Amino acid sequence: MAKKKRPVIEREEVVVKFVGDSGDGMQLTGSMFSDVAALVGNDLATFPDFPAEIRAPQNTVAGVSGFQVHMGSSKIFTTGDLVDVLVAMNPASLRANLKWAKKGATILTDTDAYDDKTIEKAGYKQNPFTDSSLDSFNMVKAPITTLTKESLKELGVDTKTAERSKNMFALGMLYYIFNRDLKPSFKYFEEKFKKKPELVNINKIVLQAGYNYADTVEALESVIQVSPANMEKGRYRNITGNVATAWGLLAASEKSGRPLFLGSYPITPATEILMELAKHKSLGAKVFQAEDEIAGICSAIGASFTGALACTTTSGPGLSLKSEAIGLAVITELPLVIVNVQRGGPSTGLPTKSEQSDLYQALFGRNGECPVIVIAASSSENCFYYAYMAAKLSMEHMTPAILLTDGYLGFGSTLFRIPKMADMPAINPPIAKANDPTYKPYKRDPETFVRQWAIPGTEGLRHRIGGLEKENIVGTVSTDPMNHQIMTDLRAAKVEKVADFIPEQEINGTANGDLLVVSWGGTFGAVHSAVSQMQKEGRNISHAHFHYIMPLPKNTETILKGFKKIVVCELNSGQFVNYLRMKFPMPNISQFNKVQGLPFMINELTDKFNQLLEEK
Amino acid sequence: MDFINMTVERTNVQLSKADFESDQMVKWCPGCGGHAILAAVERVFPKIGYRKENFCMVSGIGCSSRFPYYVNTYGIHGIHGRAAAISTGVKIANPRLSVWTVTGDGDSLAIGGNHFIHVIRRNVDINILLFNNQIYGLTKGQFSPTTPMGKITKTSPMGTIEHPFNIGELVMGAQGTFFARVPDNNIALMTECMFEAAKHDGTSVTEIMENCIIFADKAHADVTGKEVKEETMLVLKNGAPMVFGKNNDKGLILKDTMLEVVEIGKNGITIDDILVHDQYSQDPGIQLMLAKLAPPHFPMVFGVIRSAMYPTYDDLVEEQIKYAKETSKIKNVDDLLNSGDTWEI
Repeated sequence: MAKKKRPVIEREEVVVKFVGDSGDGMQLTGSMFSDVAALVGNDLATFPDFPAEIRAPQNTVAGVSGFQVHMGSSKIFTTGDLVDVLVAMNPASLRANLKWAKKGATILTDTDAYDDKTIEKAGYKQNPFTDSSLDSFNMVKAPITTLTKESLKELGVDTKTAERSKNMFALGMLYYIFNRDLKPSFKYFEEKFKKKPELVNINKIVLQAGYNYADTVEALESVIQVSPANMEKGRYRNITGNVATAWGLLAASEKSGRPLFLGSYPITPATEILMELAKHKSLGAKVFQAEDEIAGICSAIGASFTGALACTTTSGPGLSLKSEAIGLAVITELPLVIVNVQRGGPSTGLPTKSEQSDLYQALFGRNGECPVIVIAASSSENCFYYAYMAAKLSMEHMTPAILLTDGYLGFGSTLFRIPKMADMPAINPPIAKANDPTYKPYKRDPETFVRQWAIPGTEGLRHRIGGLEKENIVGTVSTDPMNHQIMTDLRAAKVEKVADFIPEQEINGTANGDLLVVSWGGTFGAVHSAVSQMQKEGRNISHAHFHYIMPLPKNTETILKGFKKIVVCELNSGQFVNYLRMKFPMPNISQFNKVQGLPFMINELTDKFNQLLEEK
Repeated sequence: MDFINMTVERTNVQLSKADFESDQMVKWCPGCGGHAILAAVERVFPKIGYRKENFCMVSGIGCSSRFPYYVNTYGIHGIHGRAAAISTGVKIANPRLSVWTVTGDGDSLAIGGNHFIHVIRRNVDINILLFNNQIYGLTKGQFSPTTPMGKITKTSPMGTIEHPFNIGELVMGAQGTFFARVPDNNIALMTECMFEAAKHDGTSVTEIMENCIIFADKAHADVTGKEVKEETMLVLKNGAPMVFGKNNDKGLILKDTMLEVVEIGKNGITIDDILVHDQYSQDPGIQLMLAKLAPPHFPMVFGVIRSAMYPTYDDLVEEQIKYAKETSKIKNVDDLLNSGDTWEI
């Protein structure tokens, strides 16, 4: 569409962040921008960054809402550390996000939003345009509000509606900067506002006006081009971690033939899983919004007893409330998927920020000897796969499984290569057969120690289970000391046996060397990027990222023994590292931790790894 | 027999008490009210007409909650206070089961109070047998939410200073659709009310005034004791006047907005002046008043006090799923994965 030929700057990856007031429509603008990037074949990851409050005061830093897009012509693993292009709709959003802008970053901002009042509200002492704070950035200043209104003059649109569409003007300018096609967005408007054709028109006009304006003023001397990524062929979609988790559970339900039951209670940042599953009644999902976290899990245990794929979803504080009931599922040896979308803690902590500090709770946070399967997803899209695996292993091994994700994975999105259900691994729960004369509640498979699932309603299998210790095999209440020992050992051995059914731990890099970086869960992107970068620089460094935590893959010890130094990186004070030390006491395991409610930055990781490699 | 919830599969086989007897030793104290309740349950289950595999007992913690071990059905003995929540999951996941929740006054009204009111509010089709012995038995004698004010117990050596719950009032306050009250010394009445509870679609709460012979012996004796009960108990019958007394010569009338005890044959009162019980009335006004009556000025009311028709939660769940299956374009997970914005690379 551009008339003149602009010089092209080819970039392997670019981070763009849209920030503004909570009501400025930044989430929509950001997701439209990322949809277009996905359409041209970029790989990408996105993350919405919004305050815990629903509508904090206008024009204040507390009310800033943002949406970050990391897109590239190669595989994208994180939502991006520092920002290349910042779209800031008001002074508060500029002030709050400047620290994330790279030196020389392009900053697009609406000059109309800067007056004495908004500048003061943002906490600036003076207009940032007049001091030197923006000198090291490439500022693209435009009177966006005025221009938006002008573009709509002929339509006679009221001021409020006109002002509300200024985000589309900014998006139009950005499309110019990245030389993007406007047509997909036009199509999007036509679908979104099917019933309000006037809005289709308004948005089209404003988007085009933004594009044209940027062209006229030559907003940027050159085009930023991000070429299509070389991605595996297939059908793709964008997906957030929470939706992927919900869909993974639905997939496991369909594959296993066990109807899905979710008992859950709203809690940030896990609520989206509950909301998503509530939409899919057509797939038979029974979704029960309980009166509290405890009722959520207890209803799921009841459902599991009846033969459903039972799940409960929560975040850290909710997992605390569910602890006693998890013990009930452990002793009754019923399948149960517990999803914990981790957030900053303790207590209410940082509800909208991410942390990995619930690992101890997942592993040990119950009374008695109470082992469960613990699995952690590492990207928004693979929440689908690991939710599926949590359900599969839980049902096949008749034991609860905790799936750990976190706020970043849950809220963030990545591209998802759509699998075919036919290709998903089979799920075969050990359902007891009607009138089996040999059925006993705690009779076990001799190889896996798994008991059978005898579903109420089935003829000939009436039995009682419960929270009191049961006699091995027969399942009657027992307080016999040796029986308790046997049952305790069996419950532990059953979970350990799961190691025979999970893949061996993979290593990125050589199996022996100077430094092994270990990580787990949601930090994969940052740690992988840091290690890959150093590997390209020729450093002797390898990376093992764990998804299966309890039990650990069978080759874990062998892997650890191959390295002079090991560093375990996690967003807590050292929970996985201590778990590894407990299992495999080795003097050479060090740790790198951060508990700020923020993800790892790639450069802080590479600094640490370089330091470890240099130390003798 | 009357219409019973059709979602539970019925049997043509005539079942008997023996079909529900478990081989487990019943470990309640000799003289505990639990024994009579167990006898009533074993008597009523074969009469209900469901397949024996479709009964599911759920309990919480406490003396009452050992119940599932003593009946040969599918059963799950849960954790303290959570029987109602577990039962909710059982019933939603499989509405073809007849779910019986066994709980006590501590289990369901203290630690499980939240689940208790919410299961009632939702009208999940489960039957709650609430053993009310006004004491914590299994932990050896602490006061409960139904212990009368002033009662001396292990944790109230100077007498309790708490107002007890009236269970019927709580149930109706939570928009309950079924409430019955029975004494543990009348197996026939227990059986009758449990049968009515089974017939009722929705959450039924049957309060069983149970005697704890060890820690609160004779707690109900002032009402249900042999010597006094004719004057202190009014057993309701649907469609019948509310009369009581040795010679059935006393009754209840509504005077202004209050219930009043009158003597038939005195002051021109005839049987026609006596209130007639309507357990099916949707308006709980009179039923609530009845539930609250107690000596010394009134008799305590027993039998089915309320049994009103409302849609059940589990039926509504099934209805929504049925509608969604008929109307949604998404028929399987492949459809779901490929729904909305997708593109080929």
